[in-house]
Amino acid sequence: MQKHTFTIGLFALIALIVALSQLNILDQYYTSVIMFMGVNVMLASSLNLVNGYMGEFSCGHGGFMCVGAYVSSLCTVLMFSKNQILGAPLLPPQLAFIGFPIALMVGAGAAAVAGLVVAIPSFKTRGDYLAIITLAANYIIISAINNMEIVGGPRGFMGMSATDRAMSGVIDLPWMLIFVLLGSVFTVWLLRRFVTSTLGKGVPAICQDEIAAEIMSVDTNRMKLIAFMLSSGLAGLAGGLYAHVLGYVNPQSFDIMRSTEVMVMVYLGGMGSLSGAAIAAVSYTVLMEALRFLDVWKWVVIPLLLILLMQFRPEGIMGNKELSDLFPKLRKYYSFK
Amino acid sequence: MEIFQNILNALQFGSFYALIALGYTLVYGVLRLINFAHGDIFMVGAYLAYFVAVTLLGIGGLNLGLHVDPALALAITVPATMILTALVGVTLERTAYRPLRRKGADRLYVVITALMAGLVLENGNLALLGASRKRFPDLIDKVIWNLGGVSVTNLKVVVIVAAIAVFLMLQFIVTRTKIGMAMRGISYDKFAIPLMGIPLDTIIVVTFVLGSAMAGLAGILFAMSYPILEPYMGALIGWKAFIAAVVGGIGDIRGAIVGGFMLGFIEIGVVAVFPSTLRDLFAFSVLLIILWLRPTGIYGVAQTTKI
Amino acid sequence: MKRITVKILFAVLALGLGVFALAACGKDSNTIKVGFNIPLTGDIPKVGEASKFAAEMLKEDINSKGGLEVGGKKYKLEFIYQDNESKAESAVNAALKLINQDNVLAIVGPNSSKQAIPAGATCNDAQTVMVTPWSTNPDTTKDRPWVFRACFLDPFQGPVAVNFAAKQFGAKTAAVLFDIANDYSKGLAEIFKAEWEKKMGPGTVVGFESHGTKDQDFSAQLTKIVGAKPDFIFVPDNYNQVALIVKQAHDLGYKGPFMGSDAWGSAELMTLCGKDCIGQFFSTHYAAAGAQGATKEFIDRFNAKYKYVPDDVAALTWDATRLVLQAIQSVGKIDKDVKVERKAVRDALANIKEFDGITGKMKFAGTGDPNKCAVVVQISPEGKFEFKESVCPE
Repeated sequence: MQKHTFTIGLFALIALIVALSQLNILDQYYTSVIMFMGVNVMLASSLNLVNGYMGEFSCGHGGFMCVGAYVSSLCTVLMFSKNQILGAPLLPPQLAFIGFPIALMVGAGAAAVAGLVVAIPSFKTRGDYLAIITLAANYIIISAINNMEIVGGPRGFMGMSATDRAMSGVIDLPWMLIFVLLGSVFTVWLLRRFVTSTLGKGVPAICQDEIAAEIMSVDTNRMKLIAFMLSSGLAGLAGGLYAHVLGYVNPQSFDIMRSTEVMVMVYLGGMGSLSGAAIAAVSYTVLMEALRFLDVWKWVVIPLLLILLMQFRPEGIMGNKELSDLFPKLRKYYSFK
Repeated sequence: MEIFQNILNALQFGSFYALIALGYTLVYGVLRLINFAHGDIFMVGAYLAYFVAVTLLGIGGLNLGLHVDPALALAITVPATMILTALVGVTLERTAYRPLRRKGADRLYVVITALMAGLVLENGNLALLGASRKRFPDLIDKVIWNLGGVSVTNLKVVVIVAAIAVFLMLQFIVTRTKIGMAMRGISYDKFAIPLMGIPLDTIIVVTFVLGSAMAGLAGILFAMSYPILEPYMGALIGWKAFIAAVVGGIGDIRGAIVGGFMLGFIEIGVVAVFPSTLRDLFAFSVLLIILWLRPTGIYGVAQTTKI
Repeated sequence: MKRITVKILFAVLALGLGVFALAACGKDSNTIKVGFNIPLTGDIPKVGEASKFAAEMLKEDINSKGGLEVGGKKYKLEFIYQDNESKAESAVNAALKLINQDNVLAIVGPNSSKQAIPAGATCNDAQTVMVTPWSTNPDTTKDRPWVFRACFLDPFQGPVAVNFAAKQFGAKTAAVLFDIANDYSKGLAEIFKAEWEKKMGPGTVVGFESHGTKDQDFSAQLTKIVGAKPDFIFVPDNYNQVALIVKQAHDLGYKGPFMGSDAWGSAELMTLCGKDCIGQFFSTHYAAAGAQGATKEFIDRFNAKYKYVPDDVAALTWDATRLVLQAIQSVGKIDKDVKVERKAVRDALANIKEFDGITGKMKFAGTGDPNKCAVVVQISPEGKFEFKESVCPE
């Protein structure tokens, strides 16, 4: 029983947040901040797979998030809301409970495919040159969406909130919050399982020494393919959720600034630490909202804080350790590796 | 005639990419550090040039009651801006990068610090100087020559000549002088070089001085060609110049020049032939393909990994 | 040692979370709160600043008289400014914060359509009145009973520019240069193109080129446009880009006229553009030079206070805020429950049929969009925006 304490605690926490939000004790603003936290946790931990565990420098994560956001939005808008392309919704609102997760998965799949743009060159290219490829990929994706009239181009795309309304119309719960929380737990769980699995050990091996890894029979190209596609796929999942939380997407929301933010979260948390990424994502979101009162100075204070943190703790909050390495007693409370 | 006009346009904008890319490449060549704050140092250079110029002309800035002739003002502004911008670059190196280097922090943390320093410069500028954009004063009288349907301004010529002159000078410094040799040495082996009696920190400071001074020069020329200054002006051009530097082969002076001009030509070429909305899409796709074919850029040398 | 550092870090983080949670403690008194969702940083900070200045002036006006009188009682005004960084998602967050944390009665802003469209959806869902001063894109208020605006729409502005240019320049062909990443610019460019070709026949828009928001070099686009020899160039762009575009076109040997849209009308246009912009025309919401009556009074006071002639954003923010305040007054009482009060304000606002603003008379027909006149101004050699023509909808 003790082994499951952590899991039970986690789900109890989710249930608590959902209940508080349902009873309006947590107002809509807090709920939305929590949802952004969840999305950021997903983004940071998925980028951590590439930037932390694999030691590459990907700075185009926003692009994959963009693909996921647009593809899943397009799916749900076609299915559940009145739109210019097909007119009436295709499916009745009751099916939103099945349709929405499927749309998210489709978005994640599309993002994973987009990840190929980066994954294939990574066989030959490394380091800073790969960084440029990711950067260029980000620009290309955004520019491509800017040129697609069907999703509104630079005007952005909306109509996703109909899905949320369809779901709450059937059962009145804060569904987006539930999906985001479950999505972030799923992401961290999946990544945790992946990097601790025998197959996944190949990823840090590439980081340590690619040639040695190859000698030790790690199929490095295959590993890179998996890591990049998994990372971009999960970013796409996060993007899909983000789009539905906001109810509006705009290609500018996924530009270099977004990628930079995610990168900051990863390095703030510590390369190769999932709990670090999660903690960093949560604290970064809180910081962004809590310092709103500073107006213009917010964007001076936050980078300065980060620079100072880098000076005093250049390996990030957690270094490459997990929470359970720092507090070994925690290990008693969960069972997965 | 449009084609000649466009070649000229491409040469001008390519010059800016090239000048900024030179700064990236110099620092990268020595430290293996992507100095993401470089685009913002360029912005600071443009602002410094603005303040020096308006102070000299007596139309703002520090009110010293000076009313210098515009031509003389230009002659003072150029070196003053280059020195001041170099100071900014060196300060950044001393306060943010050097302590991290001493601690042996992972290279990527230095990169993040650079990114953050760039944000501080951008937004600090906005917070201190307010939201209004600045207009750079006219320091030289614009002359438009019309050569058989092709319009050339004297500024365009100056910009292109400056970019090439800077390239030749840096190429000379890096390949022909002792300091240049030390710089190349550091990039080759950071640990052995101090043992040879070469002052590591001094060389790094010199690198930052050179790189930032070039950004300052680019800032002045940019402010004269596109006389509207705003705090975020360095961000986009900085990212693009960085991409240009890498495509050319980062760490190589020739690469920066070739990459910069190439990006200029691709961008202008795409707009000239296709609908201009496709510019970024095509330009970056071409760069991506170049990197697919030549994974280390045009002039880059593959790094040997030691086992 | 290291572990202690980490633990301290955690303590700090936990503390931060706690402070953040505590930060939300509303206070209740005899004040009326109105939120402003404006771009104080980002691409168009001057626009946010102008809005803030106008709002501050109005607030001081009313508060110095003891406050806004609602149902025989005076309430002090409290204006809360949230920066939306000129970003769409930030505008949504700012709106949510104003609605849920600051418990404002109504929101003025965002100004650009880029932010006003998503923020409008948020306000509509959260059932809070939003009045945008400057967003001219039709989608902002479409199917949104809670969203209003104080300016005309692009489908009206486009034809104004078309008809004026055809008459003034005797133009047969036109070229357009617009910002592809800006809803406003792109929407207006497309409406203009459709209108012009309807009037002059297909193929008369000889150049239709775009650029990105942060671009500074437009030489390739302009080379193409100049090569096509249009009778004039239509530039529906923000003022900062206009200055560069006009200059570069002149560098490339273009000597013809330009026609612009309301986004030109910032106080900063002439500082940035200088002599290149003199003589150009643009359509806008009001003309500061030669204004009369209440408009002149507003301009003079603003000028005395902030040392520049207020642009259309300032004037429209003034009108939008007054619209909100008038609606609050006509409700007649302030309900304790902010939700009930918001509903009452919306109904009152929807009931306003006519409003005499400093940017002209507005007539509302129940859609949230006013029916009002546009003016076309010419930039005089002194850099003033001089009234040229007024166009009213039929």
